[in-house]
Amino acid sequence: MHVHFLDPYRQLPSPVHALDGRVKFVLAVAFILTVSLTPFGAWPVYLLLLSIMLSVEILSGLGVGYVLRRASLALPFVLAAFPLLFTTPGTVLLKLPLGTWTLALTAEGALRFANVAVKSWLSVQAAIVLASSTPFPDLLLAMRAVRIPRLLVAMFGLMWRYLFVLVDEALRLMRARAARSGLVRQPRHTAGRLRPGGSLAWRARVAGGMAGSLFLRAVDRSDRIYVAMLSRGYDGEVRSFTLQPVSSGARVTLVAGLMVLGLLWLSGTLVWG
Amino acid sequence: MFNRPAPMHLPDGFLSTLVSIVFWVISVLTLAYALRRAGKDLGERQLPLMGVLAAAIFAGQMLNFSVTGGTSGHLLGAAIATILVGPWPAVIVMTTVVSIQALIFQDGGLLALGANLFNMAVVGVAVSYFVYTSLHRVAPQRPWSTLVGGFVAAWSSIFIASLSAALQLAISGTSPANIAVPAMAGIHALIGVGEGMITVGALTFLLATRRDLLVREQAGSRGGVGVWIFGLGIALVLAVLSPLASANPDGLEWVARQKGFLEAARAPLYNLIPDYVLPGVSNEALATILAGVAGTLIVFSVTLGVAYLRRSRKNTV
Amino acid sequence: MHHSIDVHDLVFSYPDGHPALRGVSFGIAPGEKVAIVGPNGAGKSTLLLHLNGILRGAGRVSVCGQVLSDQTLGPIRSAVGMVFQDPDDQLFSPTVFDDVAFGPMYQGLPEPEVRARVTTALADVGMAGRVNRVSHHLSSGEKKRIAIATVLAMEPEVLVLDEPTAGLDPRARRDLIRLLRELPQTMLVSTHDLRMVQELFLRTIVMDEGVVCSDGPTADLLAAPDVLQAHGLEVP
Repeated sequence: MHVHFLDPYRQLPSPVHALDGRVKFVLAVAFILTVSLTPFGAWPVYLLLLSIMLSVEILSGLGVGYVLRRASLALPFVLAAFPLLFTTPGTVLLKLPLGTWTLALTAEGALRFANVAVKSWLSVQAAIVLASSTPFPDLLLAMRAVRIPRLLVAMFGLMWRYLFVLVDEALRLMRARAARSGLVRQPRHTAGRLRPGGSLAWRARVAGGMAGSLFLRAVDRSDRIYVAMLSRGYDGEVRSFTLQPVSSGARVTLVAGLMVLGLLWLSGTLVWG
Repeated sequence: MFNRPAPMHLPDGFLSTLVSIVFWVISVLTLAYALRRAGKDLGERQLPLMGVLAAAIFAGQMLNFSVTGGTSGHLLGAAIATILVGPWPAVIVMTTVVSIQALIFQDGGLLALGANLFNMAVVGVAVSYFVYTSLHRVAPQRPWSTLVGGFVAAWSSIFIASLSAALQLAISGTSPANIAVPAMAGIHALIGVGEGMITVGALTFLLATRRDLLVREQAGSRGGVGVWIFGLGIALVLAVLSPLASANPDGLEWVARQKGFLEAARAPLYNLIPDYVLPGVSNEALATILAGVAGTLIVFSVTLGVAYLRRSRKNTV
Repeated sequence: MHHSIDVHDLVFSYPDGHPALRGVSFGIAPGEKVAIVGPNGAGKSTLLLHLNGILRGAGRVSVCGQVLSDQTLGPIRSAVGMVFQDPDDQLFSPTVFDDVAFGPMYQGLPEPEVRARVTTALADVGMAGRVNRVSHHLSSGEKKRIAIATVLAMEPEVLVLDEPTAGLDPRARRDLIRLLRELPQTMLVSTHDLRMVQELFLRTIVMDEGVVCSDGPTADLLAAPDVLQAHGLEVP
């Protein structure tokens, strides 16, 4: 079985896909930084940033629907900011009596909550577009380009490579467990005495055993990988090709993108900062 | 399909820029040191072992068991990583796991990654190490010390890390401490039990099949003292700070004070930009002009891009 | 003329005391293609791991005239291309290109030369179009062939393969057998696949319980069903 669905990369012919991964990586991070630095209440700036994001999504062929769907998975965390609605002082919009307390929803609170939600929403879209339009090996090159140590980049590469192998094994373990987890139809006279699913402790032990088995296989596999590496001359040092220079077109895009983001940040800060 | 509740992976937008950057710096420094230490502790085998272990932890997070009530417990992995490969390699393993989760699966933000790494790869590992070695030393040869140590280490790593996350949210002004701390602590006290149980299950299995894997860490315990002290220290700090922060009767005032502190820190930076940047031109006007320029550039490049796209689509058709 | 592989009185026990090799001796001439067969636990895989110094036992191992020692590990690992049973263990890099380039890179070759080796090796195994693929998108047959390419890129004198046809569907197996027939290198293959042995290998060594039980023409072996049965094998 192939766990392809784990890999977010979708190969499409688009200028976004074709753009150098290193440039995309820097622009994505710059975008998220700009979003983070945009002051509260700078709605026109948020709007412009959103329009940039939507344009990129359309340009990339991934489609706005796809990106927004994936973005909604990260949404639940927004609840953490929920209290802001009620704890920020200001003009009260709504009063909600809750037992002995009264929750006062303020306009300022709503604004702050909206700010957090928008920042979060914009940032996650940038990350999604980056991951979906860039093959992972190119992301590794991007990491090397920003001077992340080779050992760590090699680790990322190994983890990603064996992610699929091990998730496959984990799914097989889960399926084997499911196959053995049949529900017995209880004859009436034993009703209530057979507990389907077993006790919590038992289930935890089974899951733990599966985890242990997974780790054991991982350690054994790492031994075999090490032997394979040694056989091909591995000497403990991580070696990689020198990075190709960035094309002029990609460089222009990088500079232009950073300029746009810089201008947006500046205008936001001047007015609302 | 993989609905993974990840209440500790903070997305972007929830932490202030300043907090994000501060924790980035801390995490990068810790990681740099860990990279050097790991080389000495594990030797040549480190690369494949750590890489595949990181993959196993991620895969292990997919194993779940349904806790009554519908929420699933799942594995974070800091404790088991620390027990299997020692603290410094575990920092690298957890860094890899959390980073890939953020980058590829958007589990946690990219700017917030520094803070998430601090919570899970630094605090999580340090606390695991501190708790596990302390308990294990009580009876090093007996299996129960491994299992009990593993359980408490796993639970503590999750619990203390969640306190750290809650305080980061509070300092950023996103969630008042008197709500964030109890909420995070409460949820993760429960999740920690699940983590503890899975860790114990895994340790039981490994004790039975490959005891040598566990024993090899006990002898020597390299990297020990520093990590142990840090683990103890951070656990104490967070455990003391959190109830203080949340017990503040007017949690709002605490947040406001924090925000004021941050305003004060930011003020010098923004004082670099006076009320008007160009003589005679007010900031509003300037901002409008800049935004207009930016907007024009955007429209221009989008038009170019669409034209390019249509051309390349026509060519591939 | 030196033997490509010369093993003399090899003895090896695992740390837990289990004696895996109890005095193994044989020689393989350049260009020979030899099969090693025997039941599970005979010590075949253990023996293979001695040929490039992963395991070190008592006795002498020589590869292409060089005696295996700490100093000669590097050149010997270049000369012996080892292909293991599970290709997922050998394809550990993010892309096919990175994997095939790994060997030449660690041989210290300059980058243009490494690229040339990758192109040649992939072409040799018929996987030229797969250069930028990621390993988990490949079928097991394709992975097997790329695993072979990863060692071919090092331009070894000897190819050693452990169970090359295990886990392959009939078509992939057929393709692999064809490939093995075409490759010019000296070859030593450990396998359970006696039909492949019959097709490709003129000489077969039988191992059981850590010793060599028979070493001679394949035809002779396959004509002696009692010998085969004694060592857990079946007439193909």
